[in-house]
Amino acid sequence: MAREDDRMYVDGNGQLRERKLGYDELYPGHIPTSTLQKVLLSIGSAGMSLLDPSRDDMIATLGETTGTWALRSIKEKMEADPTGQRILTEQPVINTNTVSIDYLGSLPEGTFGKKYWHFLSKNGFSPDARLPIHFVDDPELKYVMLRYRQVHDLFHSVLGMPPHMLGEVAVKWVEALQTGLPMCALGALFGPLRLGPKHTKKYLETYLPWAIRNGQNAKFLMAVYWEEHWEDDLETLRQELNIEPPPIIASKS
Amino acid sequence: VYEVFKNVAGKYDLMNDAMSFGIHRLWKDHFIHRMAPVEGTKLLDVAGGTGDIAFRFLQYIQSQNDDPIMVEESFSIPTNIEAGAYSIPSDYAEEEKIDLSGYKEDTSHVTVCDINQEMLNVGKSRAEEAGIFTGIDWVQGNAECLPFEDNSFDAYTIAYGIRNCTHVDKVLTEAFRVLKPGGRFMCLEFSQVNNLGLRRLYDSYSFEVIPVMGQVLARDWKSYQYLVESIRQFPNQKKFAAMIRQAGFGMVTYENLTFGVSAIHSGYKLLKVVK
Repeated sequence: MAREDDRMYVDGNGQLRERKLGYDELYPGHIPTSTLQKVLLSIGSAGMSLLDPSRDDMIATLGETTGTWALRSIKEKMEADPTGQRILTEQPVINTNTVSIDYLGSLPEGTFGKKYWHFLSKNGFSPDARLPIHFVDDPELKYVMLRYRQVHDLFHSVLGMPPHMLGEVAVKWVEALQTGLPMCALGALFGPLRLGPKHTKKYLETYLPWAIRNGQNAKFLMAVYWEEHWEDDLETLRQELNIEPPPIIASKS
Repeated sequence: VYEVFKNVAGKYDLMNDAMSFGIHRLWKDHFIHRMAPVEGTKLLDVAGGTGDIAFRFLQYIQSQNDDPIMVEESFSIPTNIEAGAYSIPSDYAEEEKIDLSGYKEDTSHVTVCDINQEMLNVGKSRAEEAGIFTGIDWVQGNAECLPFEDNSFDAYTIAYGIRNCTHVDKVLTEAFRVLKPGGRFMCLEFSQVNNLGLRRLYDSYSFEVIPVMGQVLARDWKSYQYLVESIRQFPNQKKFAAMIRQAGFGMVTYENLTFGVSAIHSGYKLLKVVK
């Protein structure tokens, strides 16, 4: 078998060695890592994301290397919910092939889909801009992580939080309480350190308690089949999900 | 391999420092000290991309010339553009074969040759930043088929480049061809660590840590895993020395650095070649 031959090579001393497992074996983009490597990656990516905020891939990496336990727990919760189980079976993906941006734009104001459209167009985002997953070692958990990354923008919309630092921290709080992902918890705890004095006040007095209430009281958001709710009225959807609308101070996003 | 270095060019120097904890600088310094070049040497530095060896070569000669015992005019590295006008213009390099007759016999010169233009560009900007305009040229070329005349260089160096070449034997015969009789071939390359205990440590470090560094610092796991594997596959010190002899070089020796993590191999194109 060709694969077996590729695996072995002769080193400079004439000894036979086994080649390290490569890319793409488990799923496209998968890089196998030992526990030591995951630890080193976690430390390195945490440090690098602080040193160079433009390295968005570092936060993604941190999420992947530290998230196995949380991803398993999310998967179990999804399996316990009929809609969640459906998502795991069908493995829907949100990108410009599966969702038409124009369709979202054509929806009436006040719908969830239109809100998401506003979020994308106002901020210049695209549902296609998702970083590939490398370090999750289980293909099923890999889908859960992928789903989390995709619906993050939808969380912004349903919570009514803009993608500035304050909004991101609020969303991270909700995500941390709902998913248990360490990367979300770290973002929720350390993100506020970057806020200016004016925002810090708003954060502590209004947004933080609101985000915590939502995180605890809302239905399990990972088990929501978001693609089936584009045409729903946003406020009705929020009520169904037990989500408090954003505090009045927040501007339209 | 080309793709690897295209991705790697920008962060090359940073990664070298990180992976070797800066020790690669010591290795390269030692390499040039072993060469001990004198004024007037024409050096060809192959796979020299970002210029580490070339700059050290020029600096070594200049520091020798700064020695008050020396009488002749020192080789100065001018910092104004005017002086640059007297060097061979860089578009000269686009010619098929480089004519070296234009160079003044008594000045030292290094020609940096690399297959990868991105690496050369990084080297060029480093030279500009250091204010080095003369005595150095940047030529794109293939080590297995050099764009230079026979017998045209006093010294040939290849530092951490030969293991990436597909046909090492061709690189060696080309090196032999372009060197003048009496010329010296020197290679600095990763080699095999023979102490078993240290080798295990070195392997662990290489396979576990280096790709992680590649991902964190350069966003490139794959290239650095390739790097680590290519190091393992390169022939050991004795085998490589034999290959150098086979290309026609004489007085072939090697010296281990840091327990064999790196090694300097040296050979001469002897005046009387007995085949």
